[in-house]
Amino acid sequence: MAGAMEKKSNEWRLALPLTLFFVVFFVAPLFLLIGISFQAERRMTGALGLNQYTAFLGDRLNLEVLGDTLLLGVKATLLCLIFGYPLAWLIARVSARLQALLIFLVILPIVTSVVVRTFAWIVILGRRGIFNDAIVALGLSPTPLHLLFSETGVVIVLTQVQMPLMVLPLVTVLQRIDPNLASASQALGASAWRTFFKITLPLSMPGIIAGVILTYTACVTAFVTQSLIGGSRLLYMPMMIFQQAMDLQNWPFAAAVSVMFMISVLVIVGLLVALSRSRAAQLYG
Amino acid sequence: MTDATGHALTLAHITHRFGEFVAARDINLEIRPGELISLLGPSGCGKTTLLKIIAGFQRQSEGDVLVDGQSISHLPPNRRRIGIVFQNYALFPHMTVAENVGYGLAAAGKPKNEIAATVEEMLAVVQMTAFGGRLPRELSGGQQQRVALARCLAIRPRILLLDEPFSALDKNLRLDMQIEIKHLQRQSGITTVLVTHDQEEALSISDRIAVLSRGHLEQFDTPTEIYDRPRSLFVNTFVGTANLIPGVLETKTAHDASIRIGETVVVVPLPGPVAIGAPVLVSVRPEALRLSSSPGGLPVRIAAVLPIGPSLIYEALLADGTPVKVVQDRAGSDAALSDTAFLTIMAHRISGLFAKPSQS
Ligand SMILES: Nc1ncnc2c1ncn2[C@@H]1O[C@H](COP(=O)(O)OP(=O)(O)O)[C@@H](O)[C@H]1O
Ligand SMILES: [Mg+2]
Repeated sequence: MAGAMEKKSNEWRLALPLTLFFVVFFVAPLFLLIGISFQAERRMTGALGLNQYTAFLGDRLNLEVLGDTLLLGVKATLLCLIFGYPLAWLIARVSARLQALLIFLVILPIVTSVVVRTFAWIVILGRRGIFNDAIVALGLSPTPLHLLFSETGVVIVLTQVQMPLMVLPLVTVLQRIDPNLASASQALGASAWRTFFKITLPLSMPGIIAGVILTYTACVTAFVTQSLIGGSRLLYMPMMIFQQAMDLQNWPFAAAVSVMFMISVLVIVGLLVALSRSRAAQLYG
Repeated sequence: MTDATGHALTLAHITHRFGEFVAARDINLEIRPGELISLLGPSGCGKTTLLKIIAGFQRQSEGDVLVDGQSISHLPPNRRRIGIVFQNYALFPHMTVAENVGYGLAAAGKPKNEIAATVEEMLAVVQMTAFGGRLPRELSGGQQQRVALARCLAIRPRILLLDEPFSALDKNLRLDMQIEIKHLQRQSGITTVLVTHDQEEALSISDRIAVLSRGHLEQFDTPTEIYDRPRSLFVNTFVGTANLIPGVLETKTAHDASIRIGETVVVVPLPGPVAIGAPVLVSVRPEALRLSSSPGGLPVRIAAVLPIGPSLIYEALLADGTPVKVVQDRAGSDAALSDTAFLTIMAHRISGLFAKPSQS
């Protein structure tokens, strides 16, 4: 008993290295960032104020960039869900060997370098790329589409790149659903669609929410994909922060933009987490 | 609660293969309206496979499933009106008890007030009226089973299928639920197929029992016939306790056979299954044997005595070492039994004569 108590009271030490790492490389820079964002002047004279925030909120262009970024995440996440759900459903059902192969294919984007796969997409989506060649050859469009350097292109690439973040949680949840539940539903007279919408879909909600949170945060912050596929004419928050900080050396403003961006994403994620909590409470107690 | 009369269920020449493996081999069953039958057999003999074929979750390789003489093999599960209660009940975890019970009615597009009324009625039938608002995980195993049953009966199925319905319940509750299901089934007159590997359960609850072994139907008969007149060595050993005493067939007529066991000859009122002079196994239930201290019958050595409630169970060894179980009333048993005794076989209660399987 005493031994157990002692052990318990000592166990926190195991978390010490990680905690230290976390404090030094995440919490401290974060506070530094927040501190800088309250610097009233670009030169960082030490005078504090909300100047940077009023400057950000006062310019409609900035708000449009924020809106575009949040919306870009919504579009790519929705596509990930629409394509990822059937894929996860399939993976949860096939034999173990096929399952391993499919999961390998799904996580392939994670294990390839972000730069390599982005340039691969540039080749695919370009005016003379295979995608456009196919579309023109099939007669779907008389001229090549503007996919590269367009939001459509960014959404397509983000969907492919972030797919594993959606599929993996979904597979986990779908595998846990008792197959007898679908059978019971059918035996009670429900069609396959009704069974899906009344049984399978609600029971996979925790996986959907987890996948959406992961995919969404990854999509809105995907600096490389956004800037290489989107090109210089499309501006999203990560690039805006980069420009302010690195090109214009306006650190206080860049910090304020970062904080605004972070808060917006956190609010969205917080809402999703709350939703998933209530869902999980309902399902698993 | 169900249609006034039950429906007949027929399995005609059902064969099912998983690749090369034959899980069911030419199964023929004629189940009468309102009957409760058990599919009984060891694990892996194909019981669940047959149940899935009846429900439509699995399409048989050959043969036909008929309800009231009409083939239903082409119908998907949701159009068969066959209710199934799964071994793990498969209640929908995100719905309340009432929503679970009303699920089938909602799927059929019934109006809300009618659903509510039927749910109320069904919950009353299974004595779960007070639990309509609970979630399945807030119920005990027995209560979950009642809900699963109510959910199934709410759609007034033509046939009720129960897969190992009592295996997840503890022993006391099991008996209660057996009685209750039997009662419900009688009351509603719904044709019921119950799957079990527990022979006692099958014997106590069923009108008839289909004994399966490795995908093959061994016997389809009433519990008493199965117990008293098992048609194969498998049925004989699987159902109840059986002593198999080796002997040699001496003479036989159309109606009886005399078997030499050691020094004694027993005349059995059953036709001999083998040629004269060939070895046979005489199957005798423990209660069809008597032990006595006075000479007569087979000499045995008593290896153990177990008092079980009102009876005594003896483990006796024949001269050749064959172990034999004997059950006697404690009151009626011979108090003077010592280590050696004599065993008499009640010839008219011998349950079977079987050819001795060749050693392999
Ligand atoms: N989907 C399947 N694929 C291959 N073999 C199966 C499948 N389902 C069941 N079997 C085999 O068929 C036999 C009968 O199974 P089952 O009907 O579940 O037996 P029971 O319910 O009597 O225990 C078993 O040997 C099992 O291994
Ligand atoms: Mg089974």
